[in-house]
Amino acid sequence: MKHLEILDLHAGIGDREILRGLTLDLPTGQVHAIMGPNGSGKSTLAKVIAGHPDYTVTSGDVRLDGESILGMEPDERARKGVFLAFQYPSEIPGVTIANFLRAALQARLPEGEELEAVDYYAKLYEKMDMLQIPRNFTSRAVNEGFSGGEKKRCEILQMAMLRPAFALLDETDSGLDIDALKIVSHGVNSLRGPDTGMLVITHYQRLLNHIVPDVVHVMVNGRIVESGTKELALKLESEGYDWANEPDAAEEGAAAR
Amino acid sequence: MSDAQTQLEIDREKGNFRYDVDYEFDAGTGLTEKTIDYICDVKGEPDWIRAFRKDALAKFLAKPMPTNWASKDLENIVFDNIRYYLSQGQKPKRTWDEVPEEVKQTFERLGIPEQERKFLAGVEAQFDSEAAYSNIKDAVGKQGVIFLGSTEALKEHPEIFRKWFGKVIPTGDNKFSALNSAVFSGGSFIYVPPGVKVSHPLQAYFRINAESFGQFERTLIIADEGAEVTYMEGCTAPKFDTATLHSAVVELVALKGAKIQYITVQNWSNNVFNLVTKRGMAMEDAEVKWIDCNIGSRLTMKYPGVVMKGRRARGEVISIALAGDGQHQDTGAKMVHAADDTTSNIVSKSISVGTGRATYRGLVHVPKRLKGCKNNTECDALLINQSSRTDTYPAITVRGTGNACQHEASVSQVSAEQIFYMQQRGLTEGQAMSLSVNGFVNDLVRQFPMEYSVELKRLIDLEMEGSVG
Repeated sequence: MKHLEILDLHAGIGDREILRGLTLDLPTGQVHAIMGPNGSGKSTLAKVIAGHPDYTVTSGDVRLDGESILGMEPDERARKGVFLAFQYPSEIPGVTIANFLRAALQARLPEGEELEAVDYYAKLYEKMDMLQIPRNFTSRAVNEGFSGGEKKRCEILQMAMLRPAFALLDETDSGLDIDALKIVSHGVNSLRGPDTGMLVITHYQRLLNHIVPDVVHVMVNGRIVESGTKELALKLESEGYDWANEPDAAEEGAAAR
Repeated sequence: MSDAQTQLEIDREKGNFRYDVDYEFDAGTGLTEKTIDYICDVKGEPDWIRAFRKDALAKFLAKPMPTNWASKDLENIVFDNIRYYLSQGQKPKRTWDEVPEEVKQTFERLGIPEQERKFLAGVEAQFDSEAAYSNIKDAVGKQGVIFLGSTEALKEHPEIFRKWFGKVIPTGDNKFSALNSAVFSGGSFIYVPPGVKVSHPLQAYFRINAESFGQFERTLIIADEGAEVTYMEGCTAPKFDTATLHSAVVELVALKGAKIQYITVQNWSNNVFNLVTKRGMAMEDAEVKWIDCNIGSRLTMKYPGVVMKGRRARGEVISIALAGDGQHQDTGAKMVHAADDTTSNIVSKSISVGTGRATYRGLVHVPKRLKGCKNNTECDALLINQSSRTDTYPAITVRGTGNACQHEASVSQVSAEQIFYMQQRGLTEGQAMSLSVNGFVNDLVRQFPMEYSVELKRLIDLEMEGSVG
C-alpha cells in the first residue's frame, strides 16, 4: 500500500493564503471525496499537489510514500504516479490524442526503450471503447474544439492509459449531462483497485452517487473541517455548507480582534 | 517510421564538422572582373556567359543594399573578404567510389548516398562551388529526363539552357540576384520532357566546407508540357568564426499543364547569411509549389514566388521558419497573377525562440484587367519566449472586380498553462515545448515526403530542447 500524505499544508498565490493547514492521508485502494463551497481551496489543493508553478507552498509537506514531492518538477511528480484530471483541460493545437498519450507513456520508459506501437493502440482502443469514445477521436487534437463532456472523457481516458497510483479528479462532473456523467463514472470506477488511490473533488453530491467514496472530507477556508463516511455527503446535500462555515467564521472574527 | 528516423538522423550538430581539402581552383578573396575571368576560364565558358557575368557584376556594384526595408545586419557582409570560387574540378563523378575521399566522407556523414539508394530518382551533391557527384537512375534517364549540374548543362544543352536562363529572375531583380548572376557556379539543371512524370524526387545537397566562402549555386528546372517533377534540396555548413554567404538563384519553368514541386530543408549553421532569390513561372494550367523550411542561418531573406502567366495557373508557397536565439528568418512569398482564373495559396508558419525574430513578408499582385483570380494567405506566428519577436508585412494589391483575396494572420504563444498540462502527463518542459511546436506546424509537415517530415521533426525537437532552462 502506498500513501499520499498532505501534512499541515499552507499554500497560496502571492500573499494570499488559500490552504491554511490542511492535513489528509490518502492510501491506495481508497477513494476519498473532498466537498466544499466555492472558494474553499479545493482546486488549489489539486494544483499544489501536482506542482502548478503559480502556487507557493509556505509550510507543511506533501509526501508520496514518505518522500517529499514539493521540490520536484510537475513532470517528475507525474512520472512518480500523481495524475490530475483537470477541471479546465488545456488545448494543444495540432497534437493528436494518440501522439500525446504515446509521448506521455514513452516519457515513463527507461532511456533507449521504445513503446510498442501495436500494444499501445490495442490498449488505447480498449480504453476508448470503455469510455464510449469513437475511434476517430484519436486523430483529433487534444481538447481542441471538444465539448465539455468530451474534455472530461478525454481526461479519464488519459488516466486509464497512464494508470497513476494517485488520481486527483478536479470537478470532473462539472459540465456533464447525466448520460456523460454515467459514462465517466463508469470509467473511473473501473480504475478503482488496490493499487490506486483517488481524490474526488466536487461541489455536488450527485457525482458521489456514481463514484461511491470510502471517506468524505468537508473543506472550508483552506482546511478539512470534518471527515466521515459517504453519509456525510448526503448531510451536506440537505443542509448545505452553512453549518460547517460558522465555526470558521467565528474563528476569523476572533483573529481579527 | 522508427527505421527512417534512425537512418535520417540529421541534426543541427550533425553538419558541424569539416575536413581539410586541397582546392585545385581558388579565385582568391574579393570580387573584380578578374574574378569573373578566372571563373569563366576555369569552367571553359562561352563568351555570352562571360558577358552576362560582367553585366551582372556592374549591376551588383551599382545596386544599394536592400537594408532600408529589412535588416541592418546585411551591412556586416564584407564582400572583399569572401572567396567566390573554390573547387577540386568541374566535372562531377557518376559513382561515389570516384568522389575524393574527404568529400565522400562528408556526404556519407550527412546520409546522402543512403537516401539516394532508398528513395531518390537522382542526386547531385555540391561541395563548395562545384558538384562533386551527380547521377540519375537509369530508368529516369531513359525517359529523357536531364539532371545535371549547371556547369555541365551549360555546355551540353546550351539550346534549352540559354532559352530559359535568367528569364524568370532577371539579373537586376535585386542586389543578390545580380551577385549570383556574376559569380554563379554549381546548382542543378533539370529538364523533364513533355508528359513525363518523374515518380521519385530528384535531390540536390549543398554543402559549404570552406571558411569565408560564398556559395552561389544557380538552379534551373524546366518541366515541359504535362510533365511533373519533385525536387528537394538540403543545405548545411560547419560553424565558422567568420560569416559565410550563401546566395542562390532558382528559376522554375512549368509549361502548359506541368507541375513542379520544390522542397527545401535548410539547416545552415548560424553564421551563414542566406540570401536567396527563388521564382517560378507557371503557364496555362500549370502548377508551381514551393515547400520551404528554414531552420538555421544567421539571417535568411527568401521569398519564393510564382508568376502565373497562363490561364488557370496555380501557385503555392508553404513555408515553415524557425528563428532560434540570435537568428532572423525574413521569409515569405510573392504571388504575381498575370492571367485570368489563376489561383495562389500562401501558408506560412513561423516560430521564434529566445531572441529569434521571424518576419513574414508577402506580396500578392492582381492587376485590374484580370478576372477570376483568387489568393488565399494564412500566416501564423508562434512566440516561445518573452524576448522572441515576429513581424508581418503583407503587401496585397488586388485591383478590378471579380477577383478574390483572403488574408488571415495569427500570433500565438505556448501558454504556461499548456506546458503545465503536458508536464502533468509526465513530459519534461523541453518535451512539452517540442510537442507544442510540432503540433503548430503539423498540418504543413504532413504535406512533406515522409523522410523529410521525420528530419524536420527532429530538428525542431533539438532546437526546442535547447530553448528551455
